[in-house]
Amino acid sequence: MNFADKVLDTILFGMGQAIRMTAARHSSFKKRIRGKDFIAQIKTLDGSTGRYFIFQPKIFSSRKGIHAKADVNYIISNSKLAVKLFTPPRDQLDMINAAKDGHVMVEGPDELAMWFSQTLNLLFTTGTKYGTEMDDGVMRYTSNTNGGPIFVYVKDNKIIRITPIEFDDMDAPPWTIHARGKRFTPPRKTTVSPHTMGWKSMVYSKDRILYPMKRVDFDVNGERNPQNRGISEYERISWDEALDLVAGEIKRVKRDCGPGAILNGSGSHHTWGHLGYWLSARLRFFNSLGFTPVVHNPDSWEGWYWGAMHHWGHSARLGAGEAYGTIEDCLQEAEMVVFWSSDPEATSGVYGAFEGTVRRQWLKEVGMELVHIDPFYNHTAALLGGKWLAPRPATGNALSLAIAYVWITEDLYDKTYVADRTVGFDQWKDYILGKEDGIPKTPEWQEKEAGIAAKDVRALARQWGTKKTYLAAGGINGFGSACRCATGNEWARSMVCLMAMQGLGKPGVNLGGMQQGTPVDHRFYFPGYAEGGLSGDYQGTAMAVSLYQRMPQLPTVNTVAQRVPRLKIPEAIMDGKCEGYPTDPFTIEGQFLKFGYPTPGHSPVKLYYKYGGSHFGTMNETNRYVRAYRSNGLECVVNQSIWFEGEAKFADVILPACTSFERWDISEFANCGGYIPHCYNQCNHRVAVIQHKCIEPLGESKSDFMIFLEVAKRLGLGAPFSEGMTELDWCRRLFDATDLPGKISWKKFLKKGYYVIPAPPLAERPNVSYRWFAEDRLKDTPDLTPLPGDYTEQWRRGLQTQSGKLEFVCSSLERFDPNDPERPTMTKYIPSWEGHHSGALYQKYPLQLISPHPRFSFHTMGDGKDSIINDIKDHRILIDGYYYWIVRINSRDAEARSIKANDLVKVFNDRGAVICAVQLTERLPKGTVHSYESCAVYDPVGEPGESPDRGGCINQLTPSRMIIKKSHATASNSCLVQIEAWQPEEEEAS
Amino acid sequence: MTKWNLIIDIEKCEDCNNCFLACKDEHVDNEWPGYTDSQPRHGHRWINILRKERGQFPLIDVAYRPTPCMHCDDAPCIAAAEGGAISKRDDGIVLIDPRKAKGQKNLVKSCPYGAIWWNAEKNVPQKCTLCAHLLDAGWKEPRCVQVCPTGALKIVRVDDSSMQAQVENQDLEILFPEQQTRPRVYYKNLHRYACCFIAGSVSVKTGETVDCAQGAAVALVKDDAIVAKVIADNYGDFKFDKIEPGSGTYRLKVAYKEYAARTITVELAHSVSLEDIVFG
Repeated sequence: MNFADKVLDTILFGMGQAIRMTAARHSSFKKRIRGKDFIAQIKTLDGSTGRYFIFQPKIFSSRKGIHAKADVNYIISNSKLAVKLFTPPRDQLDMINAAKDGHVMVEGPDELAMWFSQTLNLLFTTGTKYGTEMDDGVMRYTSNTNGGPIFVYVKDNKIIRITPIEFDDMDAPPWTIHARGKRFTPPRKTTVSPHTMGWKSMVYSKDRILYPMKRVDFDVNGERNPQNRGISEYERISWDEALDLVAGEIKRVKRDCGPGAILNGSGSHHTWGHLGYWLSARLRFFNSLGFTPVVHNPDSWEGWYWGAMHHWGHSARLGAGEAYGTIEDCLQEAEMVVFWSSDPEATSGVYGAFEGTVRRQWLKEVGMELVHIDPFYNHTAALLGGKWLAPRPATGNALSLAIAYVWITEDLYDKTYVADRTVGFDQWKDYILGKEDGIPKTPEWQEKEAGIAAKDVRALARQWGTKKTYLAAGGINGFGSACRCATGNEWARSMVCLMAMQGLGKPGVNLGGMQQGTPVDHRFYFPGYAEGGLSGDYQGTAMAVSLYQRMPQLPTVNTVAQRVPRLKIPEAIMDGKCEGYPTDPFTIEGQFLKFGYPTPGHSPVKLYYKYGGSHFGTMNETNRYVRAYRSNGLECVVNQSIWFEGEAKFADVILPACTSFERWDISEFANCGGYIPHCYNQCNHRVAVIQHKCIEPLGESKSDFMIFLEVAKRLGLGAPFSEGMTELDWCRRLFDATDLPGKISWKKFLKKGYYVIPAPPLAERPNVSYRWFAEDRLKDTPDLTPLPGDYTEQWRRGLQTQSGKLEFVCSSLERFDPNDPERPTMTKYIPSWEGHHSGALYQKYPLQLISPHPRFSFHTMGDGKDSIINDIKDHRILIDGYYYWIVRINSRDAEARSIKANDLVKVFNDRGAVICAVQLTERLPKGTVHSYESCAVYDPVGEPGESPDRGGCINQLTPSRMIIKKSHATASNSCLVQIEAWQPEEEEAS
Repeated sequence: MTKWNLIIDIEKCEDCNNCFLACKDEHVDNEWPGYTDSQPRHGHRWINILRKERGQFPLIDVAYRPTPCMHCDDAPCIAAAEGGAISKRDDGIVLIDPRKAKGQKNLVKSCPYGAIWWNAEKNVPQKCTLCAHLLDAGWKEPRCVQVCPTGALKIVRVDDSSMQAQVENQDLEILFPEQQTRPRVYYKNLHRYACCFIAGSVSVKTGETVDCAQGAAVALVKDDAIVAKVIADNYGDFKFDKIEPGSGTYRLKVAYKEYAARTITVELAHSVSLEDIVFG
């Protein structure tokens, strides 16, 4: 026995002791180890050193030496390495390298090997103290949501209340901005969104799925009855039965059909927590199976991605602009803010709770002039005041072109900047002046299209052209309902062009409405969820940026090249074929590369394993999705959801997932990373949070991680999926990957639950976006993109465009398809293919519907499911015991249809019908109606997919046509409808 | 003796409903013995937000009035309650005793502010408690104030003379003063909800082109006296606010450059957004 052997011997002895002592101290651990009857062994490859651990129902013991018939063997190639791997602090990279290089081998059934490995890990975490004891037996935990971090008060395994986090004296002080002789300091607390405040009622909802279920007329060995999906009853089944069924079907379709047979997709969001998010555990699991992914259209960004990107690059931001240092610059330098399709008071930027609200109130304190351009008098306009201009929906860049016309004819733009920092202006200028098509884009011309009085357009253009102006296009840079529209590309393109004319990046001339660009620390590393968590997926997430090195993990690679575009799922299932264009963050040209389904050599999809149930409320022309479920196209539908709503009601097998309050996770406030780098600069403070497991999962529900693990085990994938770790172990690994360990110990972080990352001193604040560009210097903002290859002449000099400058005439489009009438090489006015020029269709359906993101729920999260969100007067209206979705309509349109407030009406077109309750309002011009999208409740009055929906899925009515043919893009806000009083008896008769 | 007071700034309320939801979060499925029974999941609005749109498209504004219990010093509900079912604490908070108030459905109608709600399941009237159970435990604010993102809701604990000074300094008002209930909830900028405006837009036509008449001078006249004067902004827009609803006839005198002045008569019922005034 050499020295290393002796040390290993001691360590293994200690392990045995630790197991015994932990069981003595903690009844939960004792119960765990008493539940097994097997022998696990750790030994060196040459058998010189080893110990075996005997787990029995009545007693646990361990012995030195080698057992010939151990059930599970952990074999490590030599003692020296074993000592290294077992001695804290454990280096994850060493563990992974050892596994990959064959230094560690595991023999024995997955179930037992995994259990043993997790048991050893539990030695480190059992009995960890977390949370703060309050009076009266109440524990105060912490968690995090899509609308801000929270304290969660729990007593006797029940959530009592949820509140924002108010910082204590130990937490870092806030930053201060000096502007115009005043000091601006944010309050020392977090804000929360309304949907966050509704969480307790969502956890304890009567619509929670508490146990696995199976459709009564679905027989995996007999008749599957797909035509009954959506109307069948369900019966309760055990987890074993459910998991065996799912694993069995996974194996069967791969065996019978081949690669690609499994389709998986999720919504665009998830319950918060970077390890549980849809880009994390889900990808690790499905990559390990080989699957056809549903690829997302760039839903939040559409017109910016397919259009604006060609003028300024930013592919890694999906066409959105950068946002650094802009809170300070705006307060110090700007004179005016134009909010254009921007309602951050309702949409919170993204995940930003109400962090931006106090900053927008500062705008009023400094006398900032404000303009709001939105067909609806939105909530930001209502709170802040200012001039409201309501363009006709789906008229895209008509207003922008008219503004440019005034700037050109009255010399109100930055000619030097245009000459130095842009290319192609003269050609575009000729178009604006009407030299190309004989139509000068005057304010009067605009009035016939977008409906804003010409005088107001001139007044706006003169005001904007003579003042330093911030443009908030979208709630945060790169968003806005106007970009999700037939005219979305041209609208977004024109936003970039207007800023190019005014000197983007000069003091007081930039993007944003005080939603992004706080002076928080941009150097402190904490990943966003888009960096992939524990997915191991360096291709499909932003993991390659940092997380793969900081949190080493086993990589996962999907072996299936086939993909289905999300907006074409119904065509893929029902027609067996469809086409799409990629959402590619790496380069501008990535979006040109058309792909088809099915991919040569692959099986069509047969098994649809859906994560969540939101599509009926969130996609477009969603009766298609309903019909797809009921067609013969799918042999098996599995749905993993928290609540029994939406698509869950169309599944063959339902797996109950638990909420983020019932599992462990770790995260940061509003940190998504990836496609929105430094997303956390929407917050007044950066806050890292351990999401305590506040209560036990309700009923038999489990975390997504645990569900995937259970299925994985049945496919022999348990070990690679979990790396032998529990969710809390993974939280520790992510903690170690961040810059937290230098600032706060794991123990302290776990106990207190949150850490406020200190703001940097003045000199270390990030530089202002685009200042580097305006001054033709190397890029000096924290943004790491674009990739070196996409810089034209010098790394970090210029934009991602071929010229390196802002391009009025886009070189990328010149190269790809210069004659595409749908996407010309410079931005032009192209009337919406569904709008006031639609002839007979417009006669039939004379109301233009806009359907922005909802205000009180987070997309479908919070709506329906008997939550208290439904009681909000502006969310749903209770009539005769049913909570109806709301359609907002101008009093004159209502009067013409003999409709009164709170009447029930049918909102309809050729695609479907939705029953809504009426809200009469002056917040819309005549001819425009408003209803939020993202309803969670699909409640057809008759046959699913063929009858009006009483739940409120307004997306039944939106078009499924892509913005342009060469895109995968939703045009939901170009939608013609009619509204009439709802006569249920007539409907039943027909 | 210091007492609790609530100050609500109408101009800062955006109807986010955080206060409404936080109140439900605190009181649904939670019993607070000695203070209140739990609130039903649906139906009650212990803080009730009312919406007011003023004017006509496109010159409009919108205001919201959060309406909790007023914790009146002369509470009609206390007078109407039998067996001392409702009482007022020394710190100003009015509480319904859930045991003593059982069955007293009439108390719902006794409140002129509509602040009392009937819990059919528990057979008891209920209302906002100002989260007295939390304040007594050392919390600085009730739940609604804590979650308000704009600072529209503020809780103040001062003696009555200090509060009166604040009322004067900040121009605070109470709801329904004619009811003489002496509420402890004060409103700032209540005119946004309760008063009217007269708004309009002035433009000038030169040849075929219409432009905004920035700088037009507008005077609001009542009974031959000039009540207020404003200058139209760069959009030609102007607005007179804080006008009592149904207060009769007003005249607007609009002057712009060398053009002949105009007079417009308004019979004020509700807020009015006038038709465009076009010179030239």
